[in-house]
Amino acid sequence: MSLQPDTFKLLLKAAAEQVIASAPELTALDQAIGDGDHGTNMKRGFEAVLSKLDTIGAQPLDEALKSIGKTLVMTVGGASGPLYGSFFLAAGEALSHDRTLPENLTEVFGSGVDAVSARGRSHAGEKTMLDVLVPVLETLKAEAGSPDLIERIRAIASESMERTAPMQATKGRASFLGARSIGHIDPGAKSSCVMLHAVCSLLEERT
Amino acid sequence: MSDMVGIVIVSHSKDIAKGTADMVRQMVGSEVKVAFCGGNPEGGLGTSVAGIIEAIDAAWSAKGVAILVDLGGAETNSEMAVEMLEPARRDRVVVCNAPIVEGAVMAATEAAGGSSLDQVRAVAEELSAG
Repeated sequence: MSLQPDTFKLLLKAAAEQVIASAPELTALDQAIGDGDHGTNMKRGFEAVLSKLDTIGAQPLDEALKSIGKTLVMTVGGASGPLYGSFFLAAGEALSHDRTLPENLTEVFGSGVDAVSARGRSHAGEKTMLDVLVPVLETLKAEAGSPDLIERIRAIASESMERTAPMQATKGRASFLGARSIGHIDPGAKSSCVMLHAVCSLLEERT
Repeated sequence: MSDMVGIVIVSHSKDIAKGTADMVRQMVGSEVKVAFCGGNPEGGLGTSVAGIIEAIDAAWSAKGVAILVDLGGAETNSEMAVEMLEPARRDRVVVCNAPIVEGAVMAATEAAGGSSLDQVRAVAEELSAG
């Protein structure tokens, strides 16, 4: 599997469409423990990305990732804009420095995760998107080259998303709820899982 | 005017942002540049990085700009906006850890006296130190 420009464009399209399709569910989760705008915010951001799909798809991969990041930053309108935006900006930046995909996938993904952590001043265990992103990064590190890597990533994304339900939020809007945040899946963990699953499904189809 | 720190108010609600700016102007006068923004890119509740960058430009002063925010996303988006400024400006903009209304009034009062950006921020942040 090597990441051709047309594959990247398809991955981006699939991830964006899945996020948009999940908007009502993301909003419902956010209404339980946040301010109820995660679905509409993500939908607006990824519709903006989709509207630039041809332009972004024609860019070199590092520039394409940065364009995605910048578009999300400018259009999402909630904290998830800078968080996901920083992920893509940092991943693009990592690729600008002599890294290639898929060879340096772990490192590039790791740069994105670090950027989310820095932007949100947060780490795994605080009921956020990092509770999906960090376990996925760990899996990439531990199982790079494994023949069933995609399947493992899909499983770990779901499991770690589910594990945010019993957590008490200590970051973001949900932290205001204290113990009342327990029992609900974190909306950011869900949107991360949706994107990862979209990418896994498409890669499985094409390999 | 450019020898006073500028103030930017970023709320999820345009009405809160505007109301806060009105209070600052009434209490501090108009010599301090005050800009505000509120609402997501579609005009609903939320914040917009592009809107924050515009407000920073509007309140720009050689002495810098202090930003007051309401809730989480306003802070994250403000920090993102600061990082997207040209490098020469980036170091002269701070996001204050202070309540938005009281912080804006205190910061603008301090700015009106010609204080530095660090002093303006410190006065606003004393409010959160309790």
